[in-house]
Amino acid sequence: MTQSATPAVLIEDLRFAYARKSPPVLDIAQFRVDPGERVFLRGASGSGKSTLLGVIAGILDVSHGRIEALGTDMAHADAATRDQTRAERLGVIFQMFNLLPYLPVGENVMLPCRFSAGRARATKVNGGPAADARRLLSRLELDPAEYWNAASRSLSVGQQQRVAAARALIGQPSLILADEPTSALDTDRRDRFIALLLEECASSGAALLFVSHDGGLAPHFDRALDLSEINRAGTGETA
Amino acid sequence: MSRFPLPRLALRSVLNRRATALLTALTVAISVTLFLGVEKVRHGARASFENTISGTDLIVGARSSPINLLLYSIFHIGDPTNAISWQSYEAVSGAPSVAWTVPISLGDSHRGFRVVGTDNRFFEHYKYANRRDLEFENGGPLEDTFSAVIGARVADELGYEVGGELIVAHGGGEFSFVQHDQNPFTLTGILAPTGTPVDRSVFVRLDGLDAIHDGAGPGEDHAGDAHTEDDHAHAEPDQITAFLVGLDHPAAALRLQRQVNTYPDEALQAIIPGMALVQLWSVIGAAETTLTLIAAFVVLTGLVSILTAILTSLNERRREMAILRALGARPHHIFALLVSEAALLALAGAVLGTALTYGLLAVLAPVLEARYAILIAQLWPGLYDLAIVAAVTGAAALLGAFPAWRAYRNSLADGMTIRV
Repeated sequence: MTQSATPAVLIEDLRFAYARKSPPVLDIAQFRVDPGERVFLRGASGSGKSTLLGVIAGILDVSHGRIEALGTDMAHADAATRDQTRAERLGVIFQMFNLLPYLPVGENVMLPCRFSAGRARATKVNGGPAADARRLLSRLELDPAEYWNAASRSLSVGQQQRVAAARALIGQPSLILADEPTSALDTDRRDRFIALLLEECASSGAALLFVSHDGGLAPHFDRALDLSEINRAGTGETA
Repeated sequence: MSRFPLPRLALRSVLNRRATALLTALTVAISVTLFLGVEKVRHGARASFENTISGTDLIVGARSSPINLLLYSIFHIGDPTNAISWQSYEAVSGAPSVAWTVPISLGDSHRGFRVVGTDNRFFEHYKYANRRDLEFENGGPLEDTFSAVIGARVADELGYEVGGELIVAHGGGEFSFVQHDQNPFTLTGILAPTGTPVDRSVFVRLDGLDAIHDGAGPGEDHAGDAHTEDDHAHAEPDQITAFLVGLDHPAAALRLQRQVNTYPDEALQAIIPGMALVQLWSVIGAAETTLTLIAAFVVLTGLVSILTAILTSLNERRREMAILRALGARPHHIFALLVSEAALLALAGAVLGTALTYGLLAVLAPVLEARYAILIAQLWPGLYDLAIVAAVTGAAALLGAFPAWRAYRNSLADGMTIRV
């Protein structure tokens, strides 16, 4: 293993269960995402994909094993440190309903900069949070002039997902976690969305961990693997 | 450092649910209006009550109950149980340490206003609030037998002016079947407003009252009559309703009170106004407390409506909480967000309620004063109102802890997975 850079994600001997006595949802011996690497992780519904992302993001408490996100020990660090790492260095895109309904598009995109001074500072190279948000929106093919003040719920699902991508990318996070972000999109929009997302990750140097049940997306990525290959707990469980 | 844009999010989130938020805040506003309104009127009523009579050491009337005597003689509420004889009045007047006395004779009315038979000593000795004297706005005291002085409210409502005439009817109601219409009284004076029942009174001379009951006309002036004429026509009446007593020094009040109460020739009763007021207020106080309690419960209902509104929205907002968590919000941020939403709604409601209260008071104060002699002293929000706004907001924040706790638990359990 190279020591050149801190891995974006490093998991060793991880076990996770929602309750102490329930069977583990995750039981992963080894998993790693390198900095800037774009990884596709396929998994059926209920196989623990979202749980894995929650664990990596430091939202779910892990009792057993080692898990690092961008060098932060998400298994042992206190909750404040984990929350801070997430605010400063992670971007998350959900399956749908990514946006706060009461904030207009522009505010939604800039939100991470309000949570994190580091993210706000990182936008300075692009002229500050607002300028960077506009830049990202146009890169994701949403004209800021038209959409900046638009109500989030007035957007189509595809547009909402692109706004979510812009929000995840603002302030140059080092790792983007995407949880089935294309499942509500039709094939054309799906491919376009992925292309844009990959492009932006590449230009900002962020690593991307993209989980989906749709194996057809695999060719877009640097590396693709099936959750069942690494998760011993998920085998035999489909929903 | 991770920061949480709490006020911004709370405000935007509340504004997003505008209709619900508005209704919830309105519920709080109405409850706060009720509470503050009750408090204002309560304090106003109490102040007006306590300010009604001052500087009188004793009130003497027929034996009934102290409250009853106080009510009919000073507040003009209810009817006198019995009259007392002029002889008794003179006997008490002549007692040592008595500085002055003012006889009062009730039982007649003029277009809904009580007619008080008395003499000019009333205007000299009756004091209200902090020993304030009665003042004439127009004209002056009583002159001949058929002269009258009226209170400010009577003048206002009936549009009377000095020099005009009025007719007295028998009985205390607004409409009376027995009109002494052959006896017009001439107005000699109008009193300045006092905020007491004086404003709603018509004052005439005792012999004036006697004269109309005897059927004498205004041509027959009894003022200078000697005692040689028949019994009913002389300047001094047979009986009066009550009289006010002023003493050389107040310390003599208790002794004189005891003497009056044990007066052998007639069943008399003397009361010390201050003590009777306290006694009366203790009776009203129970109702007053109940009223405050009811108003407080209405405020509580308003606060619970905030709780309901937030709890109802909680499930549909689990996504929102998960998004916030993913952005770096800590569980206690979620807690703080919901608590501040509750506080925000309550604050808006309480401020609106306070504004509503004072708006209503500005409109209603003249009516309260005119109709019920309740003077609202303060027509601008003060420290007390600020305290109420703070208390309501604080209580809402406290109650908001309940949905906030649930959201906090949810956000821990849900993680980033949005399950709905």
